[in-house]
Amino acid sequence: MTEHAPADLISRYATGAALPADRLWALEAHLETCGTCRLRLADAAPPPVTALTESVWATLDPATRDPAAVPRAPGAWEAADGEKAARGVAARGAASGEQVAGGVAWRRRVVVRRRFSRWAVPSLVPWLAMAVFVVSGALLLDLIAPGDSAPSLLLLVAPVVPVLGVAGAWSRYLDPAHDLVASTARAGLEMVLRRTFAVLLAVLPALFAGGRVTGASPAYWLLPSLAVTAVALALGSVIGVRLAARVTVGLWVVLVIGPAVVVGGVPVVLGVWVVWAAALVGGVAVVALRSARFAQL
Amino acid sequence: MEEDIVRAVPAAEVAPTKYAWQVRAEGLRVRAGRRVAVDGVDLRLGCGVHGLLGPNGAGKTTLIRCLASVLRPVGGEVEVLGEPLTGRGDLRAVRRRLGYLPQDFGHYKRFTVREFVEYMAWLKEVPGREVAGAVQRAVERVGLADRADDRLRSLSGGMVRRAGIAQAIVNDPELLLLDEPTAGLDPGQRVRFRELLHELGTDTCVVVSTHLVEDVAAACSDVVLVAAGRVVFQGTPAELAAEGGPDDVGDSPIERGYSALLGGAW
Repeated sequence: MTEHAPADLISRYATGAALPADRLWALEAHLETCGTCRLRLADAAPPPVTALTESVWATLDPATRDPAAVPRAPGAWEAADGEKAARGVAARGAASGEQVAGGVAWRRRVVVRRRFSRWAVPSLVPWLAMAVFVVSGALLLDLIAPGDSAPSLLLLVAPVVPVLGVAGAWSRYLDPAHDLVASTARAGLEMVLRRTFAVLLAVLPALFAGGRVTGASPAYWLLPSLAVTAVALALGSVIGVRLAARVTVGLWVVLVIGPAVVVGGVPVVLGVWVVWAAALVGGVAVVALRSARFAQL
Repeated sequence: MEEDIVRAVPAAEVAPTKYAWQVRAEGLRVRAGRRVAVDGVDLRLGCGVHGLLGPNGAGKTTLIRCLASVLRPVGGEVEVLGEPLTGRGDLRAVRRRLGYLPQDFGHYKRFTVREFVEYMAWLKEVPGREVAGAVQRAVERVGLADRADDRLRSLSGGMVRRAGIAQAIVNDPELLLLDEPTAGLDPGQRVRFRELLHELGTDTCVVVSTHLVEDVAAACSDVVLVAAGRVVFQGTPAELAAEGGPDDVGDSPIERGYSALLGGAW
């Protein structure tokens, strides 16, 4: 007993030789699910069959070879409103014309959008734009009013910028399809982590670039950023991600930005990497332990 | 000796069902915001089309969101497809076999119908090589095949709702939850939709929430009447009609039964 059909069975099937019913059934059932054996069947096909399939392929319009672009006859739903259906078909025709013209670019766009939506909320773009805006605003203030006594605003803001994105990534109010997504198998920790990762991937380069310009060393903000994000997610497993993001940002403003602005200078605590490493490890551990809590509101 | 081949039958295909009811709830309580919108619901639903009927604010949407595993119940017991939604049930396994169309059905306007349904299939963990076929089938079943590559924002309200129904059935769910699915459908489409419901109801538990009595009369094998967070009646449409007398308010027997049971609560 093997996984695939024996070669002589396939060739006998291809030539149309008589086969016992049980073997025929087993072979056809196997062919339905096995792409490899279907290819072997295509190789074993006798010349008349190959010629026939070749001629069919040759007469097909190139656009229709893409299964995603096959136009269909209007179904029963449209029978009731024929005019609408006619317009729909006309629109489809025009669209497939465009697709042929820009075929490769069009397909690439589809693939890019598919990849993007698996990692980020499809409606995340405005939030990312806002995060970049916050970073560039802080950067601008740093550049306009440089001073030895005033702390770098970028440095102070950097650790909470990713959290803003995290809030946007898992919010009922910002993801229009949140209810839909929340009822699916992948909802929960997996989607939260995917979307958080996407936010970090977009925001960290912007922070790096800003840091290079103002001379704020990543040593001061990278670890705090990751730690604050992890703590926000850990808190999110208790009180919900959106509320947790708000609380974290609030605490950050009160405990770090406020004193820094009042006292002046970079807060000492930003440089104590042990604290942030501990917070990061603790946050990740809590998230891992309480992962089931992300699955439901 | 000739070697034999066998078809690899996935275990899921032959596994016996381990539950008596697709939905079983005992004393279920669910909160919507601060209010307990579902307050002590006892419910058993099997295969067939179940109409969830009730006045506005009766708790229909909250009940459906809870059954869709979106809301966590605050009290009582609820089992969906044999798995408890309270405590430590295997939520992921249940959600793979669930179809849900929310009432405020939000979507990504830039997506095409096909991309949207495909995205939902991916979220529901439909195996990768089956996705394309499953999406095409779902889109054809709701009659959107010729608009499949159009952006959602270019579609009419009724078509968007049909795209929503397509995503709900793309994973061949064992429990299908539809919250006000007929809103925005024109009369012709509504008739097609009822046919689709009949078809799905033969081997699936379909729960349709609606406030349209005629939907229930035409498409449902079973009616659950909800008022003020409780189930006040469960039976066939004929039994509901039998509850009403000639003195009750309403234009049809079912409407009269509805108003007799609610006693002017609407």
